[in-house]
Amino acid sequence: MSFVSVRNVFQSYDRRPILERVNLEVEEGEFVSIVGASGCGKSTFLRLLLADETPTRGTITVAGGAPAREPGRERGVVFQRYSVFPHLSVRDNIVAAESFPTGWGWFRGGKLRAARGRADEVLERIGLAHVAGNYPATLSGGMQQRLAIGQALHARPRILLLDEPFGALDPGTRVSMHEFLTDLRAETKMTVFMVTHDLAEGFKLGDRVLVFDKTRWDPDFPEAYGATITFDFDARDHGVPYQRILDKIPSLAAAAMPSPA
Amino acid sequence: MRLLNRHPSRPTAILLAALPFAVVLIAYAIGSEIRLAANPQDKLLPAPGAILDTAIRLFTEPNKRSGEIQIWHDTWASLRRLALGVGSGALISLILGVGIGLLPYVRRGFSSFVAVISMVPPLALLPILFIVFGLGETSKVVLIVIGITPFLIRDLSQRVLDIPHEEIVKAQTLGASTWVIALRVVLPQILPRLIAGVRLSLGAAWLFLIAAEAVAAEQGLGYRIFLVRRYLAMDIILTYVIWITLLAFVIDYALKVLARRAFPWMEGGL
Ligand SMILES: Nc1ncnc2c1ncn2[C@@H]1O[C@H](COP(=O)(O)OP(=O)(O)O)[C@@H](O)[C@H]1O
Ligand SMILES: [Mg+2]
Repeated sequence: MSFVSVRNVFQSYDRRPILERVNLEVEEGEFVSIVGASGCGKSTFLRLLLADETPTRGTITVAGGAPAREPGRERGVVFQRYSVFPHLSVRDNIVAAESFPTGWGWFRGGKLRAARGRADEVLERIGLAHVAGNYPATLSGGMQQRLAIGQALHARPRILLLDEPFGALDPGTRVSMHEFLTDLRAETKMTVFMVTHDLAEGFKLGDRVLVFDKTRWDPDFPEAYGATITFDFDARDHGVPYQRILDKIPSLAAAAMPSPA
Repeated sequence: MRLLNRHPSRPTAILLAALPFAVVLIAYAIGSEIRLAANPQDKLLPAPGAILDTAIRLFTEPNKRSGEIQIWHDTWASLRRLALGVGSGALISLILGVGIGLLPYVRRGFSSFVAVISMVPPLALLPILFIVFGLGETSKVVLIVIGITPFLIRDLSQRVLDIPHEEIVKAQTLGASTWVIALRVVLPQILPRLIAGVRLSLGAAWLFLIAAEAVAAEQGLGYRIFLVRRYLAMDIILTYVIWITLLAFVIDYALKVLARRAFPWMEGGL
């Protein structure tokens, strides 16, 4: 049983199929990039993983548990936009990850001071300590996304879902965000799903790259069929799967080695 | 240069802002002058000086019979009704607005109802209110509440629906309950809108207040105006009208400052 298990999932809106027959097994700690044409249902798939929506058919389970019915703390998310709370300061956005599960969603006194102290450590690590008291609107796009990722990770989710998190950033900022995300992942060993429209980014960051596309196509009725996973690339070692294939199928080793005789 | 690209300099801008006031004042002074020249007993357009004398008398000299300064009592009575009406309306609309915007069950149950209720002309309900609640304070306060609440509810629930779904989802992934989302995510973000909505509905609130006071009251700004109308006391009426305008302006300005102070993250987006 793998960590995340997607079994024969279909999703339709108003009887219009978006996704069909999606099957996927992901191990804990894997980084899965998802690419595909605009409007093919990548965000829809992420919403299903998030349990923001329930699939029309099929099930999605995490660690063998029952399918989730609503978003919760085990699945963190960062969207392209609107991922932080505009009315909270940068520091309090991090504190929210601790205070929101409480009854009133609010800390006071010593608890608040302690939580703010921990938030400042997080901000130090993600390089936002100098703007701790600012409101998110005063931050650049890259800083806002860094805050959003830091906030999501502070809740210690088992799965992190990213929907084009760097899509609105300029190329330079994007590269530094890649390093930031790679470092954080080395620390946390979390399972990550990232939707991107940048193929190079998908291969650079991911262990696997999934391609969503339609397998059936009716030229007279383009909306008749939904998309599914059409390719599942091994993206470790810069997308050269040859080096790892021997781990999976050791019997090939003999064939690969030039025989001494 | 196109007209729409031409901007007045600062002194010109101040002059332009003062111009309409000056025009109205001068027009009134001339009209009053002409009428008083024809008939010194004319009561319709009292001279500006006469109005000023009346105003000073109204604000400083106690009434001969009761020994009280009437206008302060009228002001207090009216502001109390206004505050109670607008306050209750704001509270009801805050609760229902968040409910309708956030909870599908409440939305299904209330939004059509509110849409229909907001079509009822509140003044047409005034006789019913007088019958049900009597001629006392309650009926006047309730009229203001009925007059402004449907608008505020629709405004606020729409603003709640406008909060990006991403934010609501994000709060859920941080473990927030419905209650915490309402309290910590939705409420702070619609309070500025509530203040803006209250500012917009203050005009209507004054209208309903004065209408209710005109029909039945023992004191109040609207009551006084309609009372002295019988004696054609234009100087008193005009003093009261200017006073009401000033009060409305100060309340509006105070709310504007409050919103800016209390919600710095809005960055002038009000
Ligand atoms: N809530 C919804 N109701 C109806 N249609 C939707 C909804 N969400 C997405 N869609 C449609 O589903 C399709 C896939 O959308 P989406 O998953 O956002 O695509 P992608 O993220 O791959 O660009 C689009 O055609 C979109 O219009
Ligand atoms: Mg998308």
